[in-house]
Order: sequence, then C-alpha cells, then structure tokens
Amino acid sequence: MAALKKSFQIKSRDFIHAGEASISVQNMLKQIGIAPALIRRVAICAYEGEMNAVMHGENGKFRIEVNTDKIILDISDEGPGIGDIEKAMEKGFSTASEDYREMGFGAGMGLPNMETNADRLDIESEKGQGTRVVMRFSLPPGSRENKTGQSA
Amino acid sequence: MKLSELIDKIDAVVIAGDDKLDLEIERIGASDMMSDILAANMGTRSMLLTGLTNVQSIKTAVIAGVEAILFVRNKRPPQAVVDTANAHGIPLLTCPYSMFVTSGRLYAQGFTGLNGSR
Repeated sequence: MAALKKSFQIKSRDFIHAGEASISVQNMLKQIGIAPALIRRVAICAYEGEMNAVMHGENGKFRIEVNTDKIILDISDEGPGIGDIEKAMEKGFSTASEDYREMGFGAGMGLPNMETNADRLDIESEKGQGTRVVMRFSLPPGSRENKTGQSA
Repeated sequence: MKLSELIDKIDAVVIAGDDKLDLEIERIGASDMMSDILAANMGTRSMLLTGLTNVQSIKTAVIAGVEAILFVRNKRPPQAVVDTANAHGIPLLTCPYSMFVTSGRLYAQGFTGLNGSR
C-alpha cells in the first residue's frame, strides 16, 4: 500500500490559523479509519509541535506520512533552536513569553506531552539554526487494510 | 448529566450549540493552560472549564476530544471564535462564577476530573 503523505507550511506567530494543520491531520486519520485512541495521540503531538513552530519558529514545515506500519510526524523550523534539550524536556520548563502564556501556551508541557504520546521522539536542534522534531507511532497490523478511499 | 441540566446548576447561558444541549457530560477539566488539557488522560463525555476565550481553546478541545467548553466569569469569546466552535460542533457556555466556585459547584454535582478521579 502506498504511503499517504501530506505537508503544510507553518506561519510564524499566526495564532488565528495555528492548529489547522493538526486538525487537518486529525481529519485525514479519521477518514482512513485509524483507531480513535491513536488519532488522539498523533493529534496531540501534531498540535503541540505546530504550536511550538508557530510560537518559536520561522519558516515552519509540517509533514505527516502514514505507512502500513507507522505514522511519522516531522515538524521543523528555522527558529532560535533549543539551547538545552534535556532541560526543555522537563515538565514545566518553558521559554515562552508572557504573551504566549496569556494565550494558554507556555505551560512547559509541550515536549513532555509529545514524549508521552509518541512511540518515539527525536529532536535535532542547534542554537540559532532551528529545530526538527520527528515523532513516530507504530500502526498495529491491519490498521490501513480494507479502508475505503485507499488504494494500494 | 445533560448539558441542559448542568446549565441550571451554574446559571450558565449558551453562546453556541443550543441544538447540542442533550450532550451527556461526566468529566470536567479546568485550566487556562492548553497543554494541561492535552496532557490529561481523558475519557469521553468531557468538558473544558476555562477563562481562555481565544480560538486556541476551541482547537485544543477539537484536538483533545473535549465535547463542550464552559467559560467562567461571564467571559464571551469574539464572534470569530464562536464561528470556529460552530464549525466544529462544540457547544459554548458562559457562567457568572469564578473558576474556583464553578468547579466547586460542578464537583458537588458528582462530576469527575478528566481522568475520572474525584
């Protein structure tokens, strides 16, 4: 079965449209019949990643790939990068400004939420160069079989 | 409890989704930090209690699978946010009480946290 791929550009500081890529991904996974519990995990990771790219990144790119055995979310930006990844993984640690907190973000739960929900989380980041977050989710055998709207 | 009954317990009014008042709610999460809601190990029939009226409260509900949103302190979101909620079929309510008092009133009615705890 062919891999299903979709990609989006993430516009920096666009809080009106922020989240639309993730909701679009959520709908796509519903359409191909992925189990609701897995969709929820992928959607949470997508949304946290998308919001990070909106808040901190420049020229964000958001890509999803659904294979027969896994879903891959790949979110990258050309923002300031993460200085200390270990620190950023701590619950409650955030570099978000007061403005972002007022919008309901910057609780320091983004990366921990991604780590909880993805089967595998890889972060590549270099100060001043940007950040790439890749999340993988295992698909149980048969997840994409016999679904309408899909062709091999 | 149906949304229509819940409304009476906290003197709420409906901002959006008055055709969805038969929705059953069992679990409630209260936060102004969206990641806290996303972090909850959540079941269905859930509602978000928040003072955050921007469009991200709606999107967080959609992503997390929260089925209704109740704003506290008589807060009302801008029309564009109401439109987004309607587009996603998420009913919006507002009530006059603070987050603390609203939570207390609803807790007393037997609602649980998002993860089912009391």
